[in-house]
Amino acid sequence: MGQITLKQVTKSFGDVQVIPPLDLTIGDGEFTVFVGPSGCGKSTLLRLIAGLEDITTGHIEIDGKDATDLVPAKRGLAMVFQSYALYPHMSVRKNIAFPLKMAKMDAAEIDKRITNAASVLNLTDYLDRRPGQLSGGQRQRVAIGRAIVREPAAFLFDEPLSNLDAALRVGMRLEISELHERLKTTMIYVTHDQVEAMTMADKIVVLRAGHIEQVGSPLELYHKPRNEFVAGFIGSPKMNIFGGAEAQKYGGASAGIRPEHIDVSMSDGTWKGKVGVAEHLGSDTFIHVHDTGLADMVTVRITGDISVRHGDTIYLTPQLDQMHKFDAQGLRIE
Amino acid sequence: MATKASRSAARLMMGPAVILLLGWMLVPLIMTLWFSFRTYLPLRGGDQGWTGFDNYVRFVSSSAFWPAVQTTLVIVLGVLVITVCLGILLAILLDQPMWGQGIVRILVIAPFFVMPTVSALVWKNMFMDPVNGLFAHLWRFFGAEPVSWLSDAAMPSIIMIVSWQWLPFATLILLTAIQSLDSEQLEAAEMDGAPHLKRFFYIILPHLSRAITIVLLIQTIFLLAIFAEIFVTTGGAFGTRTLSYLIFQRVLESQNVGLGSAGGVYAIILANIVAIFLMRIVGKNLDN
Repeated sequence: MGQITLKQVTKSFGDVQVIPPLDLTIGDGEFTVFVGPSGCGKSTLLRLIAGLEDITTGHIEIDGKDATDLVPAKRGLAMVFQSYALYPHMSVRKNIAFPLKMAKMDAAEIDKRITNAASVLNLTDYLDRRPGQLSGGQRQRVAIGRAIVREPAAFLFDEPLSNLDAALRVGMRLEISELHERLKTTMIYVTHDQVEAMTMADKIVVLRAGHIEQVGSPLELYHKPRNEFVAGFIGSPKMNIFGGAEAQKYGGASAGIRPEHIDVSMSDGTWKGKVGVAEHLGSDTFIHVHDTGLADMVTVRITGDISVRHGDTIYLTPQLDQMHKFDAQGLRIE
Repeated sequence: MATKASRSAARLMMGPAVILLLGWMLVPLIMTLWFSFRTYLPLRGGDQGWTGFDNYVRFVSSSAFWPAVQTTLVIVLGVLVITVCLGILLAILLDQPMWGQGIVRILVIAPFFVMPTVSALVWKNMFMDPVNGLFAHLWRFFGAEPVSWLSDAAMPSIIMIVSWQWLPFATLILLTAIQSLDSEQLEAAEMDGAPHLKRFFYIILPHLSRAITIVLLIQTIFLLAIFAEIFVTTGGAFGTRTLSYLIFQRVLESQNVGLGSAGGVYAIILANIVAIFLMRIVGKNLDN
């Protein structure tokens, strides 16, 4: 169980309203990712759900029960913090046992749950170490262990991977996804990294300045971004968005085409430009094209390799069925 | 880069400071040791030659010795308990966001800037005077008989004065320690279902343990030698004669430098025992 509903929730710090009235339902067992640029209110929203911040107006319901005025501990949620927030003077075992001890669970049950969590998270050999003696990834797992032993209604993750190096981040991403498959518990995950959002989420909530810009599955957001902001934010490399006469040709105030939906030719095509930097990743090549008359720089993604040099003339042709059109307000035109 | 040349240059340049400090320490120490083995009565015949361990035996067998040791320990322990407990409380209070935080913090730290002699005089004359002191007025206001603090309750009074002086130090160190606590840890504990008091005992207090040991260590070393507060207030009467005060009396009031020096050597040994003992605790605490 773990359905979370936000009804007309707002949050103000003094006179500044960081979350304007917001409605959101997070279904039981869903892996929901809050994503947005830094300062968009995604962490604040998570802390409101956790109860670490009081909401200014509105209601929060967990499993249909009003939780607006409940203290954090009584909401049945567990949180994994960005800094892991392990207790440095306690061993891994005591760290994981802490929430159970606070709940006055009996020792045998605590022991059973720790053994369980430790084997799930590969921590069995480290139970008697202190957090200071563990690597970043291990600390992360201890933090997750401390969350799962409570068997919460939902897990809240606050940018849990931002302190890890790139390789470890990919590994932990998989581990968290697998954990979700196994536990089938509701998870809310905050990140500013749209790759994490795309790879892990069942449902992505894109936030900007406290507003929900779009809610949907990763592919929905990729194929049908509701507005220009979502179009530019989801996808890597970023979508090429341009306005002016060129966009009007396609029937919008502005138009966008993803780098992977542009065909390249050295002889002819819709747009002509000069090759700037080409980033060779082996499997893909990203070419930055200048002087196209569209935007400062158009990024093109080509599968495999291509031999172009800096300054070469190149022709680009968009795949018309993959073109996104937006009206003057930035909203999608079908 | 620490090349051979730069290292010897560094030694050369540190030399004067090291020699000065060593001289400052070694000369008095050696003179104390020297006098402790001699009969030296400045007003009654001057330096009268070697006496071996006679001074040491006489100092310990004096009826004033053990009470002085006991008084010293009571004052040290009393002040430590009061400053650490109140220090933690004050640190937690000062850590809360409030209006006029900066001024309040400066006010709390202020007593540390007052010289021991001055603060003892202020307490003695302004607060504890049985006729004109503020306490006497307060007592009379409630219809009670004013207490003559420094004679009837000499030890608690002195502990109070010294605690007042050292509380800012403890508060300051503990406050910085509390401020270094990661707020996410407290939030994690809150989510884990630990109420305020448990968060204090399970998270804040262990976090403070290192700072507390440092406060204990530094204060003990200074408190073993408190002198001005006693000199100014009771003059060692009413059971407030500490070891350092006893040494002072032997040297200046009885004019027996040899006997006083022997007492000084005992004080050095006592302070070192405490220091080693505390160092070990700190070492254990700093290891993890």
